[in-house]
Amino acid sequence: MIEVRDLSKRYGATVAVDGLSFDVLPGAVTGFLGPNGAGKSTTMRMLLGLDAPDAGQALIGGRCYRELAWPLREVGALLEARAFHPGRSARAHLEALAAASAIPRSRVSEVLGLVGLDGVAGRRAGGLSLGMGQRLGIAAALLGDPGVLLLDEPVNGLDPEGIRWMRALLRSLAAEGRVVLVSSHLIGEMALTAERLVVIARGRLLAETSVAELSAGAASLEEAFLELTADDVEFRGLPADNPERRVR
Amino acid sequence: MTTTTITMPGRYRFADAARMEWVKLRSLRSTWWTLAVTIAAAAGIAVAVGVNTEDAAGDLTNNLLAGISVGLLLTGTLGVLTATSEHTSGTIRSTLAAIPNRPLVLAAKAAVFGAVALATGEAAAFVSFLAGRLALPAGIPGPALGQPGVLRAVVLGGAGYCLIGLLGLGFGAVVRHTALAVGLLVGGVYVVAMLGAPLAPAVMPWLPISVVANSLTVEQPGMAIGDVRFLSPWAGLGVLVLYAAVALGAGAWVLAERDA
Repeated sequence: MIEVRDLSKRYGATVAVDGLSFDVLPGAVTGFLGPNGAGKSTTMRMLLGLDAPDAGQALIGGRCYRELAWPLREVGALLEARAFHPGRSARAHLEALAAASAIPRSRVSEVLGLVGLDGVAGRRAGGLSLGMGQRLGIAAALLGDPGVLLLDEPVNGLDPEGIRWMRALLRSLAAEGRVVLVSSHLIGEMALTAERLVVIARGRLLAETSVAELSAGAASLEEAFLELTADDVEFRGLPADNPERRVR
Repeated sequence: MTTTTITMPGRYRFADAARMEWVKLRSLRSTWWTLAVTIAAAAGIAVAVGVNTEDAAGDLTNNLLAGISVGLLLTGTLGVLTATSEHTSGTIRSTLAAIPNRPLVLAAKAAVFGAVALATGEAAAFVSFLAGRLALPAGIPGPALGQPGVLRAVVLGGAGYCLIGLLGLGFGAVVRHTALAVGLLVGGVYVVAMLGAPLAPAVMPWLPISVVANSLTVEQPGMAIGDVRFLSPWAGLGVLVLYAAVALGAGAWVLAERDA
C-alpha cells in the first residue's frame, strides 16, 4: 500500500505540497485528482524518490523508495510521456531498465507485445507519436510486474481505442490485487475507471473518498469535483460571456 | 496480463547498474560515430605529421601523437553528453527509478564509459602511431615501440582520452546542461591553456591539454620550454586522474543532493 504522511515540498517561494496525507489500498483503481498545479506530479515524484520532501514521508509498502531492494519489480511508474532518449530504440530503452533489475530479456518482448509496440520496437523512440511514447512508458512501468503502479496522466495522447484499452488494463491490474494510483485531470475518464478518489488542491487534501460517494449529491462526478475545488483553482480562464474574452 | 514470476534474492548492486549503463551507451548510434571519428582523426593527423616530417630530430613519437590533443574534445564531449542527455531527455527519471542509489549510478556510468573511452583511446593512440610511422618519408627511421619511453608515450596518450572523457562526464553531472558543460570543458582544456601560456607560464604544466601533449606522450620525460618544466609522464597521469576524480565526486554530490 501507499502511505503519504504530512508530506510537504516547496520550490523556492512556491508551496507545491502542503502537509498532505492519504493512503492508497490494493485492489481498486484510485484516481488522483486536482486542478492544474495542485501538486499531483510533485507527490508522485516524491513517492519515487526523485524529489526529496521538505517534511513528512511518502512510503510504499512501509518503506521509502530508496530502500527498495529491486525497485522496478516492486513499483512501476509512468511519470511523463518522455522519460526516454529520442535516439534510443524502444526495445533498447526497456532492455536497459531490465538489465538494471535482473529482469530477463524475454520480458521486454512480452511487455512490448502487451502495449502493442512490437512493430516499432526497433525504431528510434524520438519518432514515436505522443500516444506510442505513452505506451512505451506503460511498458516500462509493467516491465518488472510490480505490485504497485503510479501513473501520471496515462491516457494523455492516446486515441479512443487506446483510452479504452488503458481503462481495461488499469481495472485488470487492480483486480489482480495491485495498488494502482492514477492521476488525471480528465474527470469523465476517472468516473469510468476509478473506484476510489484522492482529491487535492494547492497541495492539500480535499477528499479521500469513493467515486460513488463523491458523485452522490451532484449531477455528475465533474459537477461534484468542480464544486469541491471551486475555491482552490489557481489558473482560471474567463467565462464565455465575459466581454474581455473577445479577441480583437 | 501475463504474470512473469521473478524471484530474486538480495538487492540491486553495482553490476546491475553497470549493465544498464552499458546497454544505454551502446544503444546510441552517436556513441559509435564519435568513437570512430576519434580514431580516424588521430590517425589522419598522425599521417599528415608523418608525411611532413623533414628530419629525425626531436621527439618523433610526441609529434606523431599530436592528433590526441585535438581528439580529446570528442571523448570529452561524449562524456558530457553521457551525463547531460539523461537530464535533457528525461531518461534520468527512468534510470533513478531503476537504481535509486545515485552515487552508484554515476560510478557505474564512469566505469562503463571510462572503459569504452580507454579502449577507444588506446586504439586511437596505437593506430595513429603506427599509421604516422608508416607515413614518414624514406630515410627517416621511425621510433619503435621497443625503444625507451615509446610504448609508455603511446599507452598514456590513449589513457588521456579516457581521463578527459571522465572529466567531461563529471562536468556534465554537475551542470546538467550540455552547452554549458561543453563550454566548461573546452574552456578548461583549451582556452585556459591559450590564455595561461602568456599570462602565467608557471601554471602551464598543470593544464590538462599540456599534461597530455607535454607529459603523457613524450619519449623523454621532463620536457621544458624556457623556464617551464613539464610534469613527468606518471605525475601527469596522476594529475589528470585527480582532476577527473574531483569532477566526478562533485557530480555525484550534486546528483545525490538535487531533485532529479
